[in-house]
Amino acid sequence: MKTLLRLAKLPALRLAAATALCFGLDLPAEAADAGALGTGSTPWWVWPLALFVVCFLLGIVAVPAGVGGGVLFVPIVAGFFPFHLDFIRGAGLLVALASALAAGPSLLRGGLANLRLALPLALIGSASSIFGAMMGLALPANVVQTALGLTILGIVGVMAMAKKSEFPQVATADNWAAYLGMRGIFVDAASGREINWQVHRTPLGIGLFFVIGFLAGMFGMGAGWANVPALNLVMGAPLKIAAGTSSFILSLVDSSAAWIYLNKGAILPMVAVPSVVGMMLGARIGARLLTVLKASVIRRLVIGLLLFSGLRALLKGLGIWV
Amino acid sequence: MNAPSAPQLVAPPPAEQGRYATWLDTTSKLGLLMLIVGFLAYAFGVVPPHIPVEQLPDLWIHPTHVFREHTGHPSGWDWLAMLHKGDIFNLLGIAVLAGGSMLCLLAVIPLYARRGEHIYVAVCALQAGVLGLAASGVLTAGH
Repeated sequence: MKTLLRLAKLPALRLAAATALCFGLDLPAEAADAGALGTGSTPWWVWPLALFVVCFLLGIVAVPAGVGGGVLFVPIVAGFFPFHLDFIRGAGLLVALASALAAGPSLLRGGLANLRLALPLALIGSASSIFGAMMGLALPANVVQTALGLTILGIVGVMAMAKKSEFPQVATADNWAAYLGMRGIFVDAASGREINWQVHRTPLGIGLFFVIGFLAGMFGMGAGWANVPALNLVMGAPLKIAAGTSSFILSLVDSSAAWIYLNKGAILPMVAVPSVVGMMLGARIGARLLTVLKASVIRRLVIGLLLFSGLRALLKGLGIWV
Repeated sequence: MNAPSAPQLVAPPPAEQGRYATWLDTTSKLGLLMLIVGFLAYAFGVVPPHIPVEQLPDLWIHPTHVFREHTGHPSGWDWLAMLHKGDIFNLLGIAVLAGGSMLCLLAVIPLYARRGEHIYVAVCALQAGVLGLAASGVLTAGH
């Protein structure tokens, strides 16, 4: 592991280190010599190709781990690739957006995403994501990097500790939820049970989505890690409705923030497109491997990966491990 | 004699969800297709780029304002006038992906209006407005 961390300082080896970390490998000594070439002598095409490979691998592990690719993308690519954080966040938003858009139609048709639940929350989230994006592009990179590290470590805490409730009991809907008609009938295909669901604590949920949208815009991450607990544990939506609706909300929140990055010139196709395509292809493989891979092991691996990336971002932002 | 139909386990989603899904499906597939085709044309040099690919490793290490100063990379909607450049054409696919939801929202407004659900007409219109504001380029920050 020490060898791996030392090698990660060499730009040309950052991809290899990231890939090796994903799979718990140690790098051979020859790789260290190859890494000594540095970024300057690395042909341009190595980076988009490396990005594609890393995103493909991240896409594979993201699905069984139950997280969106965006939350893995930004800290890992920021830690191990030479691109400026502005371009990484712009690409991260597109990664999360493309995944959400691809899943959206089937979630809506299948009734797992609920428009009535999603639209009011997405409106707040997308407005705040604009402010987050503007703030992220205005602040110095080291400040954003430090805040990113702290946020990722917070996400690790949420992922490690958050409980899930498959069918939360909501005795009465609050006034806001009743007025907005945030309720529905969900038939769980696994059990065949018909569940009448409604939500509560809507004002708190709206407040949370304001914060979540801001973070998504600022750091260019998808926010499924926060959306699902907010919908499921705070507002009381059934877990599957929470997961499906979360993905749909992302499509609106990330669209708003993506426009700010696009208008600012912070979306670089050579960084964004290989990332989007790699992540989407990997996610397809990951979905097929769901029955083969042990989800709990993958989840622990992803939490470990995020913990390392979060520390790396924090130390990079503080100038300790640049 | 008709065969007995299988019991329907899942109630059909409301009409507005179906319409939203159809529009979302079309716009996101179109955007992804444009993105992939455009990128292949760019990466394999079929369409010459605005910024030579060999120079990118020396440039993408800088923040966006420095990158723009060095390269003349467009901001706002200036990219529309540069679509003949391989790298800039990719931004069109990205704009279709980021803008597709606006069309979906506008498409479901008549359904909510017909049912007299004015609150959702307002929510959809406001959401489309937020996306439009973000897309307009009026809101800027940083350098």
